[in-house]
Amino acid sequence: MRLQAVDVRLGYGDRVVVDGLDLGIEPGTVTTIIGPNGCGKSTLLRALGRLLKPSGGEVLLDGKRIDKLPTREVARVLGVLPQAPSAPEGLTVADLVARGRHPHQTWYRQWSSDDESAVGHALAMTGLADLAERPLDELSGGQRQRAWISMALAQGTDLLLLDEPTTFLDLAHQVEVLELVRHLHTSAGRTIVMVLHDLNLAARYADRLVAMRDGRVVASGAPHEVLTEELLAKVFDLDAVVIADPVAGTPLVVPIGTRH
Amino acid sequence: MKLRVRPRALMVSAIGFVLLGFLMALNMRIGDIPLSLPDVLRATFDPADPAHFVVMELRLPRALTGVLVGAALAMSGAIIQSIARNPLASPEILGVTTGASVTVVAGMVVTGSTYGGASGLLMALGIPVLALAGGLIGAIVVYALAWRRGLDGYRLVLVGIGVAAVFTNVKYWLMTVGDVNDTTRAMVWISGSLNGRGWEHVVPVGLALLLLIPLTLAGARILDVLRFTDDTAVALGVRLNRSRGLMILSAVLLAAVATASAGPIAFVALPSPQIAMRLVGSGRPPLVTSAVVGSVLVAGADLVARTAFSPLELPVGIVTAVLGAPYLIYLLVRMRRGSRV
Repeated sequence: MRLQAVDVRLGYGDRVVVDGLDLGIEPGTVTTIIGPNGCGKSTLLRALGRLLKPSGGEVLLDGKRIDKLPTREVARVLGVLPQAPSAPEGLTVADLVARGRHPHQTWYRQWSSDDESAVGHALAMTGLADLAERPLDELSGGQRQRAWISMALAQGTDLLLLDEPTTFLDLAHQVEVLELVRHLHTSAGRTIVMVLHDLNLAARYADRLVAMRDGRVVASGAPHEVLTEELLAKVFDLDAVVIADPVAGTPLVVPIGTRH
Repeated sequence: MKLRVRPRALMVSAIGFVLLGFLMALNMRIGDIPLSLPDVLRATFDPADPAHFVVMELRLPRALTGVLVGAALAMSGAIIQSIARNPLASPEILGVTTGASVTVVAGMVVTGSTYGGASGLLMALGIPVLALAGGLIGAIVVYALAWRRGLDGYRLVLVGIGVAAVFTNVKYWLMTVGDVNDTTRAMVWISGSLNGRGWEHVVPVGLALLLLIPLTLAGARILDVLRFTDDTAVALGVRLNRSRGLMILSAVLLAAVATASAGPIAFVALPSPQIAMRLVGSGRPPLVTSAVVGSVLVAGADLVARTAFSPLELPVGIVTAVLGAPYLIYLLVRMRRGSRV
C-alpha cells in the first residue's frame, strides 16, 4: 500500500465527520472517492494528504506514519491539490507552477536549472506553455485548473491527491481535466486519488471507486462492481438504472426521477 | 545564495538606486548653507574644509538614517503584506510602531521637565532603546492575542488593529497629563522625524539591516508560498507556524529598529511594497525592490520636509502621510471595485 488510513477518526473541533475508517491505496492506481455531500470524502482526502491531523488512528505513507515524517520530505513524494484552490491575485501561470518546486529548494539555492526544466515540462504536459506569462485570473476555469495541476506536476511527486479537480467546470473542461489526469497515470504510472461528484465520469476515469456515506466506506472496488443500482439507493438514496456506457463500456447512471 | 532574479525587478531596483543617488546629492547640497556638488565632495574628504561639519555630521548621517529606515520599514511592510495576504497590512498592525510610541511618550513625560528633565546624551541613547523595547513589547502583545492553535493572517490583522487603537489612546492620555514642553517634543517624535539624526542613529539601524536583510531574503521563497491558502502551503511542505513566526519576527525587528531611529514614520511600510509590486509586475511584494522604493520615498519626503516651508522644517512623517493618504484612498477604491489591488 502506498497510502493507508488505519482506523482514522477525523473531524473539525468537536464535530466528528469520519470515525473508524480504513482505506488502502494501491500503487499505480487511479482511485476515486464518491459519495453524497457531507459524507466526509474531502475530509478523508485532506487527512490522506496530511492537511488534517486525525484525532484517532493513523495515516501511513509507504508504511510510515505521515505525521512523523518531515513535511518537506512528504511533499517530494505526495502532491495535494486542495478543493477550489485560490492563488494570490495577479500571479502568473509560470509563477504558480514554479511554486511546485518549493519542496526541492533550500534557502541557499532558491532556483536551479532542475527547477527550470521541471516547470517547463509541467507546463508542456498541461498544454500551458503559451500561457505561462498570463495572470491566472485571466484564464478560463479549465485552464486555471490545468495550471494548478501543472503546479502539482512540477512538484515531481508520483502520488497525487486531487480534491474535486472538476468543480465549477463545464462538461467539456471536466473531460479535458480528467483526460489529463488519466494521461499522468498511464504515461508515468502515477498513483492518483481524487474526489469527484460526477458518477459517470468517476466510473470512466477510475480503476477503483470508493463509495462513502456518513463517514464510512460502503463499498469499494472496480467501477462495475461498485456502481450498481442497489448501491446508488443505499449511498445516494437515488433510484437509477445502470447501463453500459455506449462509448467506454463503463457503468452509466441514469436517474429515474418522476419526469419521463 | 542563489535567488530567482527577475530582469524587470533588477531594472526597477537599478533605476531606484540612481534616483536614490540623485536625492542623496540634493540632500547634501540643499540647506541653510547651499553647497555645490564639488563643494560637497571637497567637504566630505577634507576635514579642514569649513563645510566638513555640515556635510559629514549633519546632512550625511541624517540622509543615511532616512535611507536605511525607509528600506527597513518597506521590507517589513512587504513581509507583513505577504503573510496577512492583505495590501493594507503594515507593521503598525504588529503593534510595533504604536507600542514604541507609548513607551517613548511615557519616557518623555515621566523624565520630562516637571521631574528634573533628562536631556542630551541620555535622551539621544534612551529614546531609541525605549522605542525598541516598546516596539518589541507591542509585537509580543499582538502575537500572544492573535495566537489560537496557530496563526491566522486575518486574525492577526484584526487583533493588530484593536491593539493599535488601545496603544494610540494610551499615548494620547499620556500626552494630556504631560508637561506642554515634553508633549511638544513627543509630538515631533511620534510624527516620525529625521531632525538631528547623527551617526549614533545610522550605525545601529545599519548593523541591524546588515543582519536582517540576508535573513529575510533567505526566507523569500517561503513568503511566496505563505501567500497561498494554508492547505496549499502545507501541501508544498511548509511548516506553517514556524515559518510564519520567523518571518513575522524578522518584520518586527526591521520595523522596531527603524522606529527606534526615526520614530514611527507613517505610510512608508504600507505603500512602498505595493508600488514596488506594480513596478515589477509580480504577484507578491518584492523584498529588495520594496526596500529601494522605501528608501527613495523617505529620502524624497525628507527633502520636501526640509525645503517646502524653509526655514521652518516639517517632520518627515507628516510629508509621507500627506503623500500616502491619497494613495491609501486609491487602494481602497480599487479594492471596492473588486479589481486587482
